[in-house]
Order: sequence, then C-alpha cells, then structure tokens
Amino acid sequence: MNPLKPIKKPRLNIDRESLIIDVRRQLDMPSRRLFGQRILTLGGLAMMTGCTLVDDKSVDTFLTRISRMNDTVQGWLFDPNRLAPTYTEAQITRPFPFNAFYGVDQAPEVDGGSFRLKISGLVQNKNVWTLQDLYALPKAEQITRHICVEGWSAIGRWGGTPFSELLKRIGADTSAKYVGFKCADDYYESIDMPTALHPQTLLTFTYDGQLLPAKYGYPMKLRMPTKLGYKNPKHIMEIFVTNTFPGGYWVDQGYNWFGGS
Amino acid sequence: MSTTIQHQHSSNLHPVWVRLAHWLNALAVVLMLMSGWRIYNASPVFKGFIIPNSVTLGGWLGGALQWHFAAMWLLFFNGLFYLGMNIATGRIKTKFFPLSPLAVLHDLGKALKGHLSHADPSKYNAVQKIAYLFVMFDITVLILSGLAIWKSVQFPILRDLFGGYDFARVVHFSAMSLIAAFIVVHLVMVTLVPRSLLTMIRGR
Repeated sequence: MNPLKPIKKPRLNIDRESLIIDVRRQLDMPSRRLFGQRILTLGGLAMMTGCTLVDDKSVDTFLTRISRMNDTVQGWLFDPNRLAPTYTEAQITRPFPFNAFYGVDQAPEVDGGSFRLKISGLVQNKNVWTLQDLYALPKAEQITRHICVEGWSAIGRWGGTPFSELLKRIGADTSAKYVGFKCADDYYESIDMPTALHPQTLLTFTYDGQLLPAKYGYPMKLRMPTKLGYKNPKHIMEIFVTNTFPGGYWVDQGYNWFGGS
Repeated sequence: MSTTIQHQHSSNLHPVWVRLAHWLNALAVVLMLMSGWRIYNASPVFKGFIIPNSVTLGGWLGGALQWHFAAMWLLFFNGLFYLGMNIATGRIKTKFFPLSPLAVLHDLGKALKGHLSHADPSKYNAVQKIAYLFVMFDITVLILSGLAIWKSVQFPILRDLFGGYDFARVVHFSAMSLIAAFIVVHLVMVTLVPRSLLTMIRGR
C-alpha cells in the first residue's frame, strides 16, 4: 500500500438510491410516517419489556402441554422391533460415569439378604421377589450406549433378565399404559408399556460382569437403550402397573416424560 | 394499460407468504439458538467453550429443552411451508437461479468494495442467492442432525449419515454456528440497506 495515497471515503455506505426512493414515498404520507416513528420509540420498546416471557405461568403451561404432545409423537415414532446399536467390549467407556441427583458417596446401601421386590397395581400376582428368585429368571446381557439428557453418552455392559419376562411372570396387564418404579434413593420413574416390553429393556443385576455396585444401582437397575439416562431407574424397590400417569422425579420438574432415543 | 396500473398497486417484492415465513422462521431460529445454547452448556461438545447463560433461554436445562422441543415444530412446519410454496409457485427457480460460482465471486468482489447496487431490489444478486440457498440447506442440516440426536435409535440411517450419536452433536453445533454467522452478516447488510427491512415487512 502506498502511504501517500489519498484517503478515500468509507466504502460501506448506506444504499442511497433505494433510501431516496423510500424517503420520497414516506414524505407523501405524513401520518404513516408519524405512526412509524412512534412504533420505533424507546417508550414502545420499554412497554415490550413487560412481556417477561420466560417467567410467565401461562407460557409454562403451554410448554408443558407441548411436552406432553411430544410424548404422544414419540410414542408414534417408537418402533417396538427397532433395536438400539450394540458395541464390543473394547468400546466400553471406562470408567463408566456415575450420575444421580446426589453425590456418589450418598448412593443408598441396600441389604441384599432382606431385600424383597414389591409388585403392585394391575397385576395378577403381587407376591414379593427375593434377589435369588430374580437371579433365576432367563439371562440376557447387552453392551449399549447410555445417552444422558445433558448430551453426553457412554457405552456400558449390563446383565440381567428381559423385563418382559418378569412382567409375564407377575401377570401384568400389558394393555395398561404405564409401568412405574419406586426406588431406595427416593427416585421414582415411569415408562410406557411398549418400551417395557421392548426386547432390549432389561432388569439388570450386574455391571460389566460384576454384581451391580451401589453407585450403579444395587440391587437392580432398569436398563433401556431406547431411553435417556434419567428414565433408567436404579435401586428399584417396587414395580407397579397402572393407567394413571405416575410422572417421575425429573419429569415432574420439567423433563420430557417419554424421554426416548 | 389496466394491467400496468393493477401491477403498480399490487407490486410486492415479497409476497405475503414469503414475509410471513421469514418472520416466523426468524422467531423460531432465535428461540432454537437461545434454548440450544443452554442445552449445549449442560455438557459442552467443545470442553471449555461455554455460552454465557445471560443470552440463553429456559433458565435451566429442563426449561431450555421445553423451549427447544416446542420451537422445533414452528421451525419444521414453517420451513416445510416455505419450501413447499417456493416450489409450487416456481419462486425458487426465478429468484435463486441461474446461479454460477463465477457470478458469486464477481458479486462478492463488488460487495466487498461497496459497489454492489440494490437499485433493482426485485432481483437478488448472486451473493444473496447463494446466501439464502445456504440458509435453506443449513436449516435442513440442523433439523436432520437434531433428529439424529433426539432419535438416534429410531432413525439409524440419519444416525449413520451424521457419523453416530456423538458426531451428530458436532454437526448440529457446527450448523448452528454457521446460521449464527449468517445472522450477523444478514443484520449488517440490513443496516447498510435499511430499505430491505421495510420490504420484508410491508412487501414493497
């Protein structure tokens, strides 16, 4: 660049020709001009700040309604025969992340010897289950991706029994809408019946070949690779079948209920 | 004679459906961006890169998700309406084509020198054509990569197309960044050619 070159006017100018056309037209319409000016005043803008959209209760209700509508849409999109991808042992995320609404040292300690799984609601057989009874159910294992609502994902290996096997044995009314869970850590959750019957929905007792440790949900965790992490309850103490929407710990605070992948 | 008079009366640069779709899209994109940033912050794809919560929507992850999964319907159906009308009326052909890489380079050079005229606003220059076509493409990528993230089990083809669940998030974030960059340039152009804002509001 030649430093002696005369300084030019800034090149990025407002497009004058089009502006002139516009100004001419506006001059012909004084009342419209005034109206336009008023709309653009600071006072007009200040009035708009009255709409605090985010805190408004009616907006909250509206968003919750859409979220429930999205549950229905996800029910349509859910293919009961579509399997989540499975992975090899080498692909397992180590260490598998701990995740709960409390710290890892606060995970509940459940005594396996005296543990009895309670069954209630729309079932034929409400007998309690010991862990030995549950361990005798048909075996199944999977290495699948756990997807968290936050966005991260991790691959893990869970072993147990297809949940449908337990539902069959307790004579669950599979035409009912929901299966609910009550947990030892005061967590609670519920799922739709088609997902409960999905072949990859497992009631798991082991993680990576070892007895499920407390941090991963001892004595049992419901593992569903077709749902987000928060839908997979740990430390399950009671299972019930119902037609009354049971909600869930996070769902009642605003997370989407279906939470499907 | 009569046809020219009638033409003058109803001469709209942007038919009403274009303006409607534009502003609904603007609203949807802003809601999607702001709520999406909050969701991103819950578990950043790029560790250490956080978006200030003050420019996000929803208050917390759960609220942001509700906004995101509500505004997505507006973005989706409005986008479908816009593309459908563009094809049905033939506007996509007459407004955005012909388009050649040479014309884009030529007009881009002129634009950077401040010599690109907007004397005939009824015709898009080559830079506008490619920019607006890019937005249509980018929003399509955003919707599809978003679907791959939301329903990675139910849409295996989309999941594979975007390189798996984790990489779909990278694609989604990158496409978001590009639309954000477009908005910045778009707004700068509107301040330089203020008349374009009026035409998008009242059509003339």
